[in-house]
Amino acid sequence: MYFDLLIPSQLAGALIPDLILIIGAMLLLLVAVWGPETMARARLTGMLAIGVCFATFAAVVWLWHGQATASAGIIAVDAFRWATDCIILAATIIATTLMIDYSEREQLVSAESYVLLLLAAGGMMLLAASRDLIVVFLGIELMSIASYVLSGLDRRSSRGAEAALKYFLLGAFSTGFLLYGIALVYGATGSTDIETIGSVVTGANFNNPLLLAGIGMLIVGFCFKIAAVPFHMWAPDVYDGAATPITAFMAAAVKAAAFAAFLRVWIEAFPGATAAWMHPLQWLAALTMVGGNVIALQQKSMKRMLAYSSIAHAGYLLVTVVVANALGASAFLFYLVAYTLATMGAFAVVIALGEPGERNQQIADYAGLWNVEPWLAAAMAVFMMALLGFPIAGGMGFFAKFYVIDAALHAPHPQTALAVILVIASVISAGYYLGVVLVMFMKPRPADALVVRPVPTGTFLVIYLSAFTLLLFGILPNGFAALARESVPIGMVSSPARAPVAAAASR
Amino acid sequence: MLQDLAAAGSHPLADTAARYVGLLPLLPLAGFLVNGALSLMPAYKAGPADPSTAGHGHEASAHAGDARAGDAHAVTHGDEHGAVGDDHHVVARHKYAGVASVVGPLVLALSFGLAVMIWLAMAGAGEMTTPYVQTFFDWMVTGDLKISWAFQLDQLSMIMVLVITGVGTLIHIFSIGYMRDDPGYPRFFAYLNLFVAFMLVLVLGASYLVLFVGWEGVGLCSYLLIGFWFSEKANADAGKKAFIVNRIGDFGFLIAMFLLFANLGTLDFTSVAAAAPTLGYNSALVTTICLFFFLGCAGKSAQLPLYVWLPDAMAGPTPVSALIHAATMVTAGVYLIARSGVLFAMSPTACITVAVVGTLTALFAATIGLKQWDIKKVLAYSTISQLGYMFMGVGTGAYAAGMFHLITHAFFKALLFLGSGSVIYAMHAAYHHTGSHEDAQDMRNMGGLRKYMPVTFVLMWIATLAIAGVPPFSGFFSKDGILSAVFARAQHGALSEATWLGMPGSAVLYALYGLGLVTAFLTAIYMTRMMLYTFHGPNRTGEAEQAHLHEAPWSMTGPLVVLGVLSAVGGWLNLPVAIPLGPIGVLEKWLEPVVGAATVAVGGAVGEEVTNTEYGLIGAAVAIAILGIVVAVVKLRPAALVPKRDATPSHGFEQVLEDKYYVDEVYDDTIIKPLVSGSRNILWTGIDRGIIDSLFVNGSAVLARGVGWVGSQLQSGETGAYAWAIAIGALAVLGAFTFR
Repeated sequence: MYFDLLIPSQLAGALIPDLILIIGAMLLLLVAVWGPETMARARLTGMLAIGVCFATFAAVVWLWHGQATASAGIIAVDAFRWATDCIILAATIIATTLMIDYSEREQLVSAESYVLLLLAAGGMMLLAASRDLIVVFLGIELMSIASYVLSGLDRRSSRGAEAALKYFLLGAFSTGFLLYGIALVYGATGSTDIETIGSVVTGANFNNPLLLAGIGMLIVGFCFKIAAVPFHMWAPDVYDGAATPITAFMAAAVKAAAFAAFLRVWIEAFPGATAAWMHPLQWLAALTMVGGNVIALQQKSMKRMLAYSSIAHAGYLLVTVVVANALGASAFLFYLVAYTLATMGAFAVVIALGEPGERNQQIADYAGLWNVEPWLAAAMAVFMMALLGFPIAGGMGFFAKFYVIDAALHAPHPQTALAVILVIASVISAGYYLGVVLVMFMKPRPADALVVRPVPTGTFLVIYLSAFTLLLFGILPNGFAALARESVPIGMVSSPARAPVAAAASR
Repeated sequence: MLQDLAAAGSHPLADTAARYVGLLPLLPLAGFLVNGALSLMPAYKAGPADPSTAGHGHEASAHAGDARAGDAHAVTHGDEHGAVGDDHHVVARHKYAGVASVVGPLVLALSFGLAVMIWLAMAGAGEMTTPYVQTFFDWMVTGDLKISWAFQLDQLSMIMVLVITGVGTLIHIFSIGYMRDDPGYPRFFAYLNLFVAFMLVLVLGASYLVLFVGWEGVGLCSYLLIGFWFSEKANADAGKKAFIVNRIGDFGFLIAMFLLFANLGTLDFTSVAAAAPTLGYNSALVTTICLFFFLGCAGKSAQLPLYVWLPDAMAGPTPVSALIHAATMVTAGVYLIARSGVLFAMSPTACITVAVVGTLTALFAATIGLKQWDIKKVLAYSTISQLGYMFMGVGTGAYAAGMFHLITHAFFKALLFLGSGSVIYAMHAAYHHTGSHEDAQDMRNMGGLRKYMPVTFVLMWIATLAIAGVPPFSGFFSKDGILSAVFARAQHGALSEATWLGMPGSAVLYALYGLGLVTAFLTAIYMTRMMLYTFHGPNRTGEAEQAHLHEAPWSMTGPLVVLGVLSAVGGWLNLPVAIPLGPIGVLEKWLEPVVGAATVAVGGAVGEEVTNTEYGLIGAAVAIAILGIVVAVVKLRPAALVPKRDATPSHGFEQVLEDKYYVDEVYDDTIIKPLVSGSRNILWTGIDRGIIDSLFVNGSAVLARGVGWVGSQLQSGETGAYAWAIAIGALAVLGAFTFR
């Protein structure tokens, strides 16, 4: 399949998955408001939303399998996009499943939440596809506006409302940076197309202050979205205040999509300016890894702990952006799969054990879980080990970190310091990940502990399928790793100028 | 990889049953999954002969029911009773015992059937000079390291597969009766199945790394099965001891693998064999690699100085001793050396070291075996001793002879262990009936059992004659094969010309031959002693118990009979030229494509003509075996023995032997105690608590609290403050761009 992106109909063809998702979301909105606002209708909407995701998924797989290619243009038609889309869709399906069960528990009737989840996913897929800064902006806005609303979904909760407003205000503030960055880069290079920018920004002329300021602003804008220290401060409050499935969605999918765009822009547009952005990004990565983990150590609430943990993981992923080559991109994809499964699985356990009104979510509430719900405790242990990067018991988590470290050490500019910091930060993270395991397995179950309710089917499936997948591909990582190696952004493969990198990718 | 596939495509075995080689370990693995799932369902029901306990659902009430069960059995079901185990355990039949007794042995039988089909295909394929390698998938690919999950079928692995699945099937069938009334019955079969799966991975792996996966896996299963009755501390400790001692060996194995990979860049057997010459003949490097491999073998196969775990491993159920600690796992070291023949052939020093250690172990363990009272301990030391013989064989490059002894030993030692299991089963049942707490494994409590267990008696004598080396039983041929090979290597070949620690290789090998003969003599004595004390003379079990001594059920004696036949005629597998009672050297010719080159490199070409020396050697071996038996019969007086509780302590050297040369005590004093006290006083109190805890842990806690405090101060919830943080961060980033 070949798409000439200058012909509108063929551009639409290259956007089939995105169109399916967004049109599906629009239709679902009609379904949601057609009749009285009841639980049953909301549930139906949720189910249909999962159906839309699967339809989109099928389209993605069809295009991926058909090895679709396209002319240069505003969107990319490459394996990197399809791989990211798959991760985004998986995260959306998981979040929707969890949301259905969660709404039941909290008696939260909101059919529109599923529509918003789909719209946010549409923005994310656009981000994954974008090869133009304007499309990046479009995607980020679509995704963010939906997320703002999602985080304040439960109108009965004052914390939810506070989170939503805070997220919105700060999001708008950071968007200013992003947009200003785009404008400056456009001013310096005369284009918003990242391939063109890449050809203009070369080693000789990158010292243009306009360009440098633009790159700096873009870093700020992206780092806000991925919640890198010190632009992370909204994240704990928002993650804590939002409904748990939405928190899981934001911690996994929103971050994944923003990262995908970040990585693609960095790999394709700014390799020529490496000398300029290398040090700031290195510092941001190091700060994020260490800061996220150290503050996570202090947390008593499971949700807040996972929020800081997700900040720390943004630090690990930033390492792949610093590396900014094919090896980094494949490590990024592999990491994203492991991280998404582990994080969403952990949030699913939080939902399974939570009580109405988001109670029973302190780490101390998990004491002695092994004695009453051994399978749930075992699954949670797998997620914690995976986030920690423990071999075998942590499944893919180990190889995820391994590939990131491998990419860091084999980069054209070896990031030895970052690799060392990554390892040290992981050791610090053992303090709280293993703390959860310790509480679950070694502490006695308090006499007044709540009886665990039966886990709803959807949540049940999410928990055990995630754990199983993590474990299985932790023993057999090679299939995923090979797929990740083949799924590098189009700019990597086509450019002969970066031959050493391509050689590294084909190892 | 592609070459492998291509090779597999054009290989004579390509379209035969061999393509299902992957199923060989998968079948027992499936059995493990089923039995493991069954064992996770904590449901017991009382034995069928025990209506009084019907309906009790858990172990606690099974205890209570047990006491009543004893009486009921005595009246009504004397024959079916099975309070089994080497120790005193709960009698409570698992709810799913029936399913487990079908699944456990069945998967092994299927695996054996498949192995036979592959073997027929291999035999029918004619001359097969290259191994059949089947790659299933790339396991890990990182950098220069590419590890494929691949199996290799050749004559050597085929033999091992047949022994493992064949003997394994018999032992699984035996276990049905032996373990029937153990509350952990499905768990037992789960572990046993898993063991076989890993053992098959070990022998089928096409690279050192896949072999190592199996190597570690069988170690894990061994640990789990030694400590099967983990509620008793001694058993759990024995499991731990085996595990820890084996780690020392595995360290050697790992170092050897690293060295191989660092120097050759590959771990596949075929590639290593092809690239080995680049290591340099008799270079320090190849000797180091071989010796580290041998350290691994010494751990797994219980050789000096790492043999100490094997006697303790007898704490596990007897079928485990038979399968893991006699017939299969402990021979993995012998297999490894045969598999690495190419490497060892390049280092005469390593070869002689292997032979010397093997011979000394054989002699050392045989002397300890002379004075043991526990019937399983005698067999344990005998196993160590026989493993020593095998290393004597493979060390001198007589790979076929070493493998031959491995096979016959699997037959007769499995028979001996299962026979002793049968005896213990009877003793235990008898003591259980009368409520006595005597030691059911001490030979001083046995005696005269031939009256009560005639089948076991006859079969165990066959095995005893085999291990003692009396013709025409199997052990005679295999042991003679090793001893004559050592003698031949001493006369000519690379080893006789080499020097070892400054001594001429020839002299060393002659000495080894002499020590081998001495060991053969001792073997005949201690085995005859065991038989005399167990089956002959008057019975010492006790008046009340004698009525309850009887033969085990047929599900247990059946496998014994099969092993008895194999022990008797197994020698025909590899007849020496000097004794042409059938086809000569079948096994040697079978293994020729795998180990032939290495054999010739170490030992030189062997002449076909029979010399008078050879007849002399055979005559000497037979004479020594018979002399040993005669000495034992004449000197030992079973009638004079008293039961264990009345026994007086022995004196002098007897006491030293009975206490196994105090090796455990020496290890305890010289290694374990200093290590523990050093760990406690220096590492724990000093470094861990003093420095790490107080400085790093508490320090980092203070630091984290400090950072956390700062963080929480910053995390004020004020949106304006957050916006300021972003702005300051943005300034910092822009600043970094400006001032770089």
